[in-house]
Order: sequence, then structure tokens, then C-alpha cells
Amino acid sequence: MDTFDSYVLMALVAIPFGWGVLLAFLPKDRLQHIRLTSAAVAVVITALTAYVFLAYDTAEAGYQLTREIQWLDSLGVTFSLGVDGISVPMVLLTGVVMFTGVLMSWNVEYRAKEFFVLFFLLVAGVFGVFVSLDLFFFFFFYELAVMPMYLLIGVWGSSSDFGSFLRPKEYGAMKLMLYLVAGSVLVWVALVAVFVEGGIGTFSLLELEHVTFSENFQRIFFPLFMVGFGILAGLWPFHSWSPDGHVAAPTSVSMLHAGVLMKLGAYGIIRIGIDLLPQGAEDWMPVLIILGTINVVYGAVSAMGQRDLKYVIGYSSVSHMGYVFMGFATLNSLGVSGAVLQMFSHGIMTALLFALVGVVYDRAHVRDIGVLEGLTKRMGLTAAFFAVAGLTSLGLPGFSGFVAELMVFIGVFKDYPVLGMLGIIGAAITAVYILRLLAKVFFGPLDPRWEHLPDATRLQGFSMGILVIFLLVVGLYPKPWMDLINSGVAPILARVASLT
Amino acid sequence: MNYMLFSPEFTLAAVAFGVLGIDLILPQDKKGYLPSLSVVGLIGVLIFSLWYMWGRDTNLYDGLFLVDNFSLFFKAFFLVLGVLVVLASVDYVKKHLSRPGEYYGILLFSILAMMLMAASGELLTAYISLELLSFSLYVLVSYGRHGLKPSEAGLKYILLGAFASGLLLYGISQVYGMLGTTRFEEIHAALLLDGTPINPAVLVGLVLIIAGLGFKVAAVPFHMWAPDVYEGAPTPVTAYLAVGSKAAAFALILRLFSQAFMPVFDDWQIILVILAALTMTVGNLVALAQQNIKRMLAYSSVGQVGYLLMGVAALSPLASNGVIFHLVGYGITNLAVFMCVIIFYNSTDKEEISDFAGLADRSPLVAMAMTVSLFSLAGLPFFAGFTTKFYLFAAAADGGLLWLVGLAITNSLISLYYYMMVMKQMYMVPAIDNTPLKISRVSGGALGVLIAGVIVVGVYPGPLVDAIEAATRAILP
Repeated sequence: MDTFDSYVLMALVAIPFGWGVLLAFLPKDRLQHIRLTSAAVAVVITALTAYVFLAYDTAEAGYQLTREIQWLDSLGVTFSLGVDGISVPMVLLTGVVMFTGVLMSWNVEYRAKEFFVLFFLLVAGVFGVFVSLDLFFFFFFYELAVMPMYLLIGVWGSSSDFGSFLRPKEYGAMKLMLYLVAGSVLVWVALVAVFVEGGIGTFSLLELEHVTFSENFQRIFFPLFMVGFGILAGLWPFHSWSPDGHVAAPTSVSMLHAGVLMKLGAYGIIRIGIDLLPQGAEDWMPVLIILGTINVVYGAVSAMGQRDLKYVIGYSSVSHMGYVFMGFATLNSLGVSGAVLQMFSHGIMTALLFALVGVVYDRAHVRDIGVLEGLTKRMGLTAAFFAVAGLTSLGLPGFSGFVAELMVFIGVFKDYPVLGMLGIIGAAITAVYILRLLAKVFFGPLDPRWEHLPDATRLQGFSMGILVIFLLVVGLYPKPWMDLINSGVAPILARVASLT
Repeated sequence: MNYMLFSPEFTLAAVAFGVLGIDLILPQDKKGYLPSLSVVGLIGVLIFSLWYMWGRDTNLYDGLFLVDNFSLFFKAFFLVLGVLVVLASVDYVKKHLSRPGEYYGILLFSILAMMLMAASGELLTAYISLELLSFSLYVLVSYGRHGLKPSEAGLKYILLGAFASGLLLYGISQVYGMLGTTRFEEIHAALLLDGTPINPAVLVGLVLIIAGLGFKVAAVPFHMWAPDVYEGAPTPVTAYLAVGSKAAAFALILRLFSQAFMPVFDDWQIILVILAALTMTVGNLVALAQQNIKRMLAYSSVGQVGYLLMGVAALSPLASNGVIFHLVGYGITNLAVFMCVIIFYNSTDKEEISDFAGLADRSPLVAMAMTVSLFSLAGLPFFAGFTTKFYLFAAAADGGLLWLVGLAITNSLISLYYYMMVMKQMYMVPAIDNTPLKISRVSGGALGVLIAGVIVVGVYPGPLVDAIEAATRAILP
């Protein structure tokens, strides 16, 4: 299996990419064929991610399934792939969300071919980021994952129109693009600075890990990583693209973007920021934890005030990403591992929520909470899943969100009890808006207008069911996940601990 | 002396005269053979040069004319460029211009001029080659038949171009007056002998040379001619101006600064840094406001020149690789964009950005090609623009210009906005007229080749960079 192992990560990038390109040249009128073949490709990719998850040896830890190809010697760029305990869960997350996203896109009919082309390019970029061990390729795929968004949202998205509050989809698309690329401007500058300061003429992460950067350098350039990647992860006050962009995006793109792409940002902070510049991280963590706490509380309060169902979910994403920042900022094993688990858990949960909102919107053609009422009677399955996702979101024991948030809180309380309290208040506000939403939209008296709404189709039920299973499995038996994540977090924290 | 080394230039001149001569006897309906003849000639010269010149390092006329990997690389680049521009012109010339014979003939002369610019090892030879290029371009720019714009473009270009040549010539005479030579190597030696600080009179000459060349590459504040000339010139000529004449000027700049003026690096670096910062910022900011696609591309190419000047300001082997690499990447990409604009103009006679509305419905492949090339210009990955920009920026930062790199990256962000406004028109605004574009086989083929080039340079740049490194070693050992 050795040869297979050394190709599997490359296949993860090459298959979605190759399929995206191939699809561009296939005839566009055979809609059903496009869907079925895309789903088949998605199955293969998901199987590969499952293989990566199972093949990763937690006991051995470190980077595994590695492969290196010379690419540009004069610039010190190698096409270097590998995964560790942090990236394996992210790869699995991407596989699962991507697969369900394809199934949830079954009803895309307008220019469906181009939609799938861009969707798979996006997926290729995301996988590429999670498996790259070279800063050039990390950034290459990072930008590749951002690039298709403008068209995906602008062409296939939906506008928000509440009379006085009008947000055309083009607005959301442009705002998202400009924010994310602005973030990558900072990242790009910092990457180039690391290359120059490293002084060994290479972009290889594995080699740069052995370089100790001067304290001054770390202090100046860590914030560029923190804010640059933070923008993609929804860091306050640079989060405002996220609700607007996610609301305007079509269902499966919101799922993938909120579920996986925001994690690219968080992943960048830990994989590059904290790993390469531990001293800078330690100096800047007090700032990050304050911003993260504001994320949690501000996001939750904003979510409470929304009338558009999708905006509620959008702001709740901002709020939940705050826990990731808080966890990172503790720089202790409990907090950071909790944050990584939160990345996984939130990815699945938010994908599920956006899928559910998509199902409701497709049928009712409105997302106004003031108008939607008592859908349980007609949409039992949707309501049940919404309840599960909602309860995960507010941190009910038994679901994955609880484990992750609990670990983050314990980690935070060690050093920052006040901020920990604020975080818990944020969770309480989450409970308020989620329960109110459930009560109003799903469990109120049935509005006669919604008498004839059909429930989710079997296909949609199946794909959302997969997500629910993950929420439960991780929530009920988190140990293997935690062992995996700890094995990845430990070496990074060891580098922080070795600072004097 | 081995005159065989000069044979590519002689052959190309012969092909150019041949095209002019055959045009006289060719009946009106057979003029279609002229571009074929030009392409065959160019490819022939290309193959011969690669086969005969490979790995040579020598010179002719006591170092006036250098035969090394640097000149060979640019020779090949210009010949390939020439083929692509001829292919891009075929439909346009047939539809919009008269007198194809002179058009292709003069185009070939200008390619010859560019080849000489990259190979000249002495200031006057360089100046004469530059003038040959400029005079060819003066004619080509004013080739359009209708309206005042072509004449305005031509007049502006001649007046400002002549002014720039004057500056350049004055600078050259100043350098000659002070150092007693115009050979690059001897200037290098004389400057070393003089030591620091630099003689102020030489510095004046250097500044004048930079200003003169700055006009030719349209660096701010010498860029005023570019938008009007780009807009008024026939579109294939605009593409050629944006790529060819810039590449030739940068070939000369690279050779001049590394082989002649390297000893006074500290004195000219600051000038180029300021020029680069101004050029990239002004170019990209003004591009935001443009309504005409050719004017927008003119300002966007001013912005790109800023990045290239930044590379020259950090001159080192790595930075020289970066400049050449980005020249190639930008060149292919920009040609691809212009190819789309030409195809569009040939079918619709329109060139405002708002005219591109609904192109994704009318001609999905052209819209896709345009999107790919605009993303590449903005520096997004998988395409040439990302890889070459990343290389150039990393090299410039390595030369100590990290803050300028930060400015350049910020400018890339600004450029993304105006490129996306074109995409918005193509994909999100419905078309007024839904007839598909007519794409001839020649144009479609050329566009396909260019897009393939954009992607290959983006993902598999290894062999190209090897060739570029060989070229750089010839000027910066």
C-alpha cells in the first residue's frame, strides 16, 4: 500500500480539480448525467478522505502520507504534501461537507455544468490547503479556494430584500471577494517576509520549522498572519463579509464556505502563524482572545436581531468561530485541541444549518422569520434535523459542540476567567436565539399559507442525515478524535512551551 | 568574424522586405497569403535561431552586438510574440484595415528592432534599435481608417515618443561625455574606476536615460500618452504595444543596468523605487475609473510596469529571473485578454466594458477565456499571473524591498476589483443582443494556444524558469 499512500493526498487535490476542468468541456445539456457523474466523483473523493482518516497512525503522530516533488528550485518551492493530527479531521470534514453539498445541489438547473465546475475547483483548493506542507502551495491553493466564489455567489446566489434592507447578491459576492483577498494581501506579505527572513531560500514548512525567527520579526509579522487568516475565519471586526456573503451564496456554497472555508483561515493561524512564529503568537494572544470573545458575544447578539433565517445562521457562524479564536489564544493543550475540535464540529453543524435553511427557502421562497410559522406539521424531518443542529449549536451535552466548547471554556478559565464568563454568556445568548427560532418557525401554530409545503426529499434527508450522524458520533465518543487532534497540537504547543 | 551569427536578423529583414515586395504583385483577393508568409518566416527564423545560437556566448563588431543566452531568450520570446500578434491580426486587418502588405511588413521590422534591442551591447546600437521599433510603431498605431482617434493616437505617440528619444539621446551623450565610451562593459569598468560618489554629470545622464526609457515603458509620470494611444490604435497593435515594446524595453533596461550601471546601484535604485511605487499605484487607481476596455487595459498595464520596475530596483540574479518571468507571464496573459477583445470587436464593433454584458450567454468559451486571463492578470493561482507575480515579489522582497512588495500586493487587490467588474458584466448582466460571436479558426486557435500557455506557465513553470535562469546568467554571472 506504500505507493497508494504516497499518492492519496495528491489524488485528493487532483481528482476534484481534474473533474472540474474535464466537466468544462463536456456537453451542458445532459443535466442528469452531470449530476450523477459529479456525485460519483464526490463519492470517490469522500472515500479517499475516509481512507486518510483511517490510515493516519495516531500513535506515531507527525506528518504522514507525505510526498515531495521538486517544482521551482531557484525559489525553493517544492510540491510537498502531508497531513498531521490537525489536518486529518479537516480533510475528513471537507470530504463530508463536499459530498453532502453535491447532493444538496441536485436542484441547481441554471447553468448547472458551470456551477459544478466552479464547485469542484473550490473543493480542490480547499483540499490543497489542508494537505500542503509548502508555503507557496499553501497560498496557491488558498487563493484557488477564494477565486471561484465571486461567480458562484454572483451567478447562482440569492438576494436579500426586506424593503428597507436590500442586499443584492452581487453586493455580497463583491464584498466577500474583496475582504478575502484583502486578507490574503496580508498573508502574502507575511509569507514573503518569512521566506526572506528565514534566509535558507525555501518555502518549505518542514525546513522553516527549524528556523528560529528573531523576536522582533515575530512580533511584527504574527499579526499579519493573525488578521490575514483571521479575515477568512470571520475575526471581528473583519467579519462583516461573512453574513452578507453566506446569505447571498447558493445553499451548497454556503455549506462549503461557512463549513470548510472559514476553517482554512483558522487552520492557517495555527499551522503557519503559531507554528512558525510561536513567540509572536504568545505576545499577541491577549489581543486575539479579546477579539475572539467579542466575536462570540457580538455574533450572538447580532444573530438575535435578524429577521432573515439565513442571516441568523450567518451571524451564529461568526459567533461560533469566536470559540476557535478563544481556544487558540489559550495556547494550552485543552484550549487549542478544543478549538480544533470546534472547527470540525462547527463545520458539520453549520453545513447542516445552511442545508436546512436552503430546504426551507426552496419550498417557501421566503426566509423571513416573521412569516414562517409552524413548519413542523408539514416538514417533520427538516424540523427534527433543525432541532438537532440547533441544540448542537447551543452546546447541549451529547452533541459534538458541547465537547468542543467545554474544552475551550476550561482552557480559557485557567488564565482568563472574566473572558471565559463572557464566552459562556455568549453561549447562553445562542440558546435564546436558537430556541426562539425553533419555537417560532417550526413549533408555532401552522400558518395556512404553508399548508402545502412538502418535506425534504429523500436525497436531502439522506445527505443531512450523514451530517447529523457525525454530530452525534463525535459528541458521544470524542476520545479517538481527541487523540488524533492532540497528536497534531502537541508538537506546536511544545514549540511555544520551549520559549523562555 | 562569423556573420552567420547575424543571420536570424538578416533573414527576418529579408522576410519583411519579401512581404512588402510580394504585396505589390499579389492581386487584391490573394492578400490572405501575407500573414501566412509572415508566420512561416517568423517560425523559420525561430527554429534556426534556437538550433544555431543555443549556448553560444560571443559577440560581433567588437561587442556592439551580443550573442548570448539573454539575447537568444528574448529573440525567441519576440519571435513567438510576433507569430501570435500576426495570428491575432488576421481577421482584424481583413475587416478593419486596408493595405495589409505594409501592416505585416512593418510589424516584422518592429520585431527585428526588438531582437536587436535585447542583443545590443552599446548605447547607440540600443538607441538605433529603439528608434527602429518606435518608427514602426508610429506607423502601426495610426493605421486605423476611421475617425479622429487613430490620427490623434498617432500624433500623440510621435510627439511624445520623439521627446523621449531626445531625452534618451541627451542622456547617452552625457554619459559618453563623462566616461568616454558607450559600450556597456567599458561604462561598467569606468564607473568602478571612478568609485563613489558618482560624478553628478553621469548621474544626470543616467536620470535622462531612465526618463527616456520610462516614456517607452509608460512608467508614471511619463505614461500620459499610453491610454489615448492604446485606445486609438488598432487592437492587435495595442496588444503588441502593451506586450512587445514593453518587453523589449525591459530587456534593454535589464542589460543596461546589470552590465553597465551596476557599480552605481545605490544611486539609481532609489529613482527606480520611486518610479515603481508611483507607477503601480497611479496605474491601478486610474484603471478603476475606466469605461473603455482598451483604456482600462492600458492603465492596468501601467500598473504591471510598476511591478516590473520594482524587480529592476531590486536587481539581483533572482530579481532578474523574476522580471523576465513576469514579463513572459504578463505577456501571454495580456495577449490572451486582447485576443478576446479582438474577437469581440470583430463581431460587434464595440469596445466599452458595458458592451460585454451577457457574454457568458453569447459565447461561453470566450467569456471563460476572458475570465481566466483577467484572473491571471490579477494574480490568482493556477494561472501564469500568480506564479510569476509570486516569484517577482519574493525576489524583490529578497532584495530588501519588502515595503514596496506590500504596496504591490495591495495594488493587486485594487486591480482585482476592476477586473471583476468586467466579469460582472459578462456573467451577471443580461445581454442586449444575444447573437453568438463569430470566431474564425485562426482567432480561436490563437486564443486556445494563449490560454494553454497561461495555464502551463502557472502550474509547470520549471522548464521556462530554467531557460530564464540561463538568460540571467548571461547578464549577471
